[in-house]
Amino acid sequence: MALTFTPAPVVATPTDHPVLEIDDLSVGFGPKGRERRVVENLTLSVRPGQVVALVGESGSGKSTTAHAALGLLPAGGRIVGGRITLGGHDVTHADDKAFRHHRGPVVGLVPQDPMVALNPTMRVGEQVAEAVRRRGVPKRSVEVEVVEVLERAGVDNPVVKARQYPHELSGGQRQRVLIAIALAGKPKLLVADEPTSALDATVQRRILDHLDRLVADNGTSLLLITHDLGVAVDRADHLVVMSQGRIVEQGKPAQIAESPQHEYTQRLLDAAPGLGRVRRPAPVPPVDDVVLRFDGVSKEFTSRSGLGSRSRARVLDDVTLDVHRGRTLALVGESGSGKTTALRIAMGLERPTSGRVLFDGVDVASSDRRSLRALRRRFQFVHQNPFAALDPKFSVRDLVAEPLESFRIGDRASRTTTVSKLLDQVALPASYLGRRPAELSGGQRQRVAIARALALEPELLLLDEPVSALDVSVQAQILDLLVDLQSELGLTYVLVSHDLAVVAEVSHQLAVLDGGRIVESGPTQQVFDHPEHALTRALLAAVPGLSLKEAGA
Amino acid sequence: MTLADAELVRPITPAPPTADRDETSSRTRQTAHALLRRPGFLIAVAYVVLVILSAIAPRLFASGDPTQTEPKDKFLAPSLHHLFGTDELGRDLFTRMVHGSALSVEATAISVGLAVVAGLTIGVVSGYAGGWADSLLMRFVDVLLAIPALLLALAIVTALGFGTVNVAIAVGVGLTPGFARVTRAEVLRVKTLPYVEAARSSGAGPLRVLRRHILPNSWGPVAVLAVLDFGTAILAVSSLSFLGFGAPPPEAEWGSLVAAGRTYLVTSPWLTLLPGLAVGAAVYALNHIGKTFEELQRWH
Amino acid sequence: MVQYTARRVAQAIAVLWAAYTVTFVVLYALPSDPVSILLNQAGGTGRPSADQVAKIQAAYGFDDPIVVQYWHHLVDAFQLDFGQSVSRGQSVTSLLAENLPPTIALTAVALVLTTLIGGGLAFLATYVGWRPLRSFLHRLPAVGVSFPTFWVGLLLIQLFSFSLGWFPATGSGGVSSLVLPALTMSLPTSGILAQVLIRGLDDTLDQAHIATARAKGLSRLTIHTKHALKNASLPALTILGVLVGATVTNAVVAETVFSRLGIGRLAQQAVLAQDIPLVQGIVVLAAGVFVVVNLVVDLIYPLLDPRVLQPTSSRSLAPLEVAA
Repeated sequence: MALTFTPAPVVATPTDHPVLEIDDLSVGFGPKGRERRVVENLTLSVRPGQVVALVGESGSGKSTTAHAALGLLPAGGRIVGGRITLGGHDVTHADDKAFRHHRGPVVGLVPQDPMVALNPTMRVGEQVAEAVRRRGVPKRSVEVEVVEVLERAGVDNPVVKARQYPHELSGGQRQRVLIAIALAGKPKLLVADEPTSALDATVQRRILDHLDRLVADNGTSLLLITHDLGVAVDRADHLVVMSQGRIVEQGKPAQIAESPQHEYTQRLLDAAPGLGRVRRPAPVPPVDDVVLRFDGVSKEFTSRSGLGSRSRARVLDDVTLDVHRGRTLALVGESGSGKTTALRIAMGLERPTSGRVLFDGVDVASSDRRSLRALRRRFQFVHQNPFAALDPKFSVRDLVAEPLESFRIGDRASRTTTVSKLLDQVALPASYLGRRPAELSGGQRQRVAIARALALEPELLLLDEPVSALDVSVQAQILDLLVDLQSELGLTYVLVSHDLAVVAEVSHQLAVLDGGRIVESGPTQQVFDHPEHALTRALLAAVPGLSLKEAGA
Repeated sequence: MTLADAELVRPITPAPPTADRDETSSRTRQTAHALLRRPGFLIAVAYVVLVILSAIAPRLFASGDPTQTEPKDKFLAPSLHHLFGTDELGRDLFTRMVHGSALSVEATAISVGLAVVAGLTIGVVSGYAGGWADSLLMRFVDVLLAIPALLLALAIVTALGFGTVNVAIAVGVGLTPGFARVTRAEVLRVKTLPYVEAARSSGAGPLRVLRRHILPNSWGPVAVLAVLDFGTAILAVSSLSFLGFGAPPPEAEWGSLVAAGRTYLVTSPWLTLLPGLAVGAAVYALNHIGKTFEELQRWH
Repeated sequence: MVQYTARRVAQAIAVLWAAYTVTFVVLYALPSDPVSILLNQAGGTGRPSADQVAKIQAAYGFDDPIVVQYWHHLVDAFQLDFGQSVSRGQSVTSLLAENLPPTIALTAVALVLTTLIGGGLAFLATYVGWRPLRSFLHRLPAVGVSFPTFWVGLLLIQLFSFSLGWFPATGSGGVSSLVLPALTMSLPTSGILAQVLIRGLDDTLDQAHIATARAKGLSRLTIHTKHALKNASLPALTILGVLVGATVTNAVVAETVFSRLGIGRLAQQAVLAQDIPLVQGIVVLAAGVFVVVNLVVDLIYPLLDPRVLQPTSSRSLAPLEVAA
């Protein structure tokens, strides 16, 4: 194999010799001499059989580090200092051809998003077979090995799955196929780059458990890249915390969780839902009336397939719910559970197939355009993704003032005053008035979106996964803001989330959706303490970081 | 934990480094800087500006008379005195080329103007209104697309008769369906974006949504196509004029100049090759400008 | 599948009918006076006599209301009868049949060249690692689409016929006379194809599944051919109709430049003679080719791209509930 590159002499590695050694590594992007450093002076090693977790928020350089270790830096990225040793070979400046020999037998990748990480036009089995053949497996045994490795990765019914295309598999199954591909080369080290952040919580847990088992059984090492401190603490032997390209702290997970040395780690721990400081929902007002009522709401979608046949999907099934004034109702469920659809129906963006949604006694669904418009002054929507919910061409001032302009409230000057006041409410300085969305961070954008939603002084806010697109520490700030606003303004929230940890801290009432049905509902605390439905229990068990919490309690 | 705790406002995340600059103009300035750093783009713009100027004021570039014959100077090869050489009657080819720009540029402008107005209208109505209006307009566009543009233009020229304006109209009709398609696709794309939904759910009416959100955010690719279509129109107009359907002989268009020189291809190749080169350069320049705009949009 | 095929075929027929209608409206309803156009053709340069006018009107049915005329024409066209050519005194159908074979040969060669040149250029432009060459190759297709077809033809004649004497400059005899006109026709379309393919390849190579393939340790060549090229050329297949249409269009210019027999040259002469029935026949024929090519692509596409045929894939529901 080693014909085309000049490796360091192969040392007979003693078992505890690191599989991956990164020494004083710096990675830069951009033109030589003026590069922006994304990773700086990073030192880290992974020993055989060890699970090392690399934790950090977006932009911390954790993924870049992983890609450097695989020689897969994106275009424009370069190693500008330090060295990387992979299985005893110095690969710091290895070109693609040389690096190729290490990918597979030495290091395998479990990529980030299983929905896009498989070739959509190639059968699953062939994609695994490519990796199997790299080991020089004889032709006739390839097929057997493919099925075997799929099975080991936990793909059920591997013989059938091997003949299918990626889009015929669920997200969890696709991630297992990707694990199979990584395993197929029999690598000494698996690099898992946020392997489960695109998956539902319960699936996430099963996949991580499976990875744990594989590593333990085969003595493979695992470098786990994650933004989720809970996941890292639960799974790793060694924890590395990164911020802005540098390691701020590393050591035993339990130790770090108990007594973090660095202020940044402390902040992360505080912010981590389920781990840190417990936030309480806003106090409940004395009066108790129902603001919004779902009354037997069902929704069916008909979709036309490529072949012309119509198929029906029931997304909501007879949902009945009350939302009380001044409180937060959380709708929780995994993807496809219908939670977002429920919210869109409440907003009048979709019409229910049957049933009614009553806002203060008025049926939203059967209202005509004009009366719906009048109602819209009283309830507003905050979108999931703050990066897409703000018109890039608008300034912050225009964005927040738009609802006022639409309803012709005040003149230009008074609107600007109102906008400044609203910015103040969401803790943004008035100097941000002239900025455009591109000049704001994710958290700041979400603040602007909230300010816009508050402009018409609504009674009810419908929040669609308001923090899921944000980093943990920013998540915490936005959740704090929402709780503050609620107690200050007496707002009512309907909060849609997939994350029970988020919900626990801000909601009064909880409803768990599964396949369009409410499987469990009640006061949040009660549901948490005595979950009745199997799904609720599974969701609770899937919250990462619980082990730590229990240990600490 | 008490209410006081919850009210504790946390420091917001540090502002990005652009904080202190004058924000409103910084984007435009950045774009301008990015453009100025591309010499190819500047050359392309300069060339296109020259071509347009030559159409408006040909005397700026060639003071001579494009129709003046000089029998003793016929078939002169390109030289400093006659940049593009002279033709079979001793007319200066460069002067004829420059004076021919007026007709060719005019035809191009008419056809792109027609395509833009018709295509934008169809595309915006179709994409924004949806429903039956959309189906109807799009079926019509599909039909127009089924007839290769130049052949549709040939049919229209047959019906309307020859001449620069008729050729321009024919080419414009041929460009319209593509334009309508792109406009509609853009409007549809922007229409479903969360921020448009956000504006709608905060009470903005349909016209306001169209004017303030959809059009400003969807014109980018449409503008790129308009620039590219100028190139396409130049090619189509000059092809039709080469085939003999443009302005009648004493007048010169870019295409007919090449056609006229064709007879002397063996002995005086410059008569065909130089005018064609000038036309191709103009189209390439427009292509380059369009592509540059497109790249800039992708970064933003 | 049967239902899908039937629907596509019905759509194709509808489009073809509508295209016929458009050409009818343009050619017979748009001119203020089609009779005089036709009369100019029939020979008389002087003022036509009332008798002549009456004869033409009767022959072409111009005294009927336009709708009735349309109906008669449509019924005829359905039987592949596009009437009599005015300038040639021959039936349009037989003229088309005579001129079709050389154009088909020319178009076929041009399409093969387009695939080879455009595909090869796109492959090289995305495979080459050396940056200057890479960006040069990325810009090359734009040159192909920028220069007028007639000019390219004349340049090729100047180079390969007059200077080098490799190929004949004009004429329709033998294979060697095909080379230059086919090349002329294919250069612009290669440019279009290369642009589409380069964009497709660049996009595909940026996708996450390519990183997966690289992480397996596959070589660049394998990734480029097995993973990227296939995925990128599937969307490119949908512009096949446009490419064929553009090639046929280029035949008008190329056949004129190279003085070849064929539909293209016939079209040029028909327009020059304002021969309405002949022009209509040619335009409808071209639309028919376009419609058939697109129909074939539509029917083959699902067999090549596994994603299209999925009845209720998760994709159809995806927009409703964005995965968190």
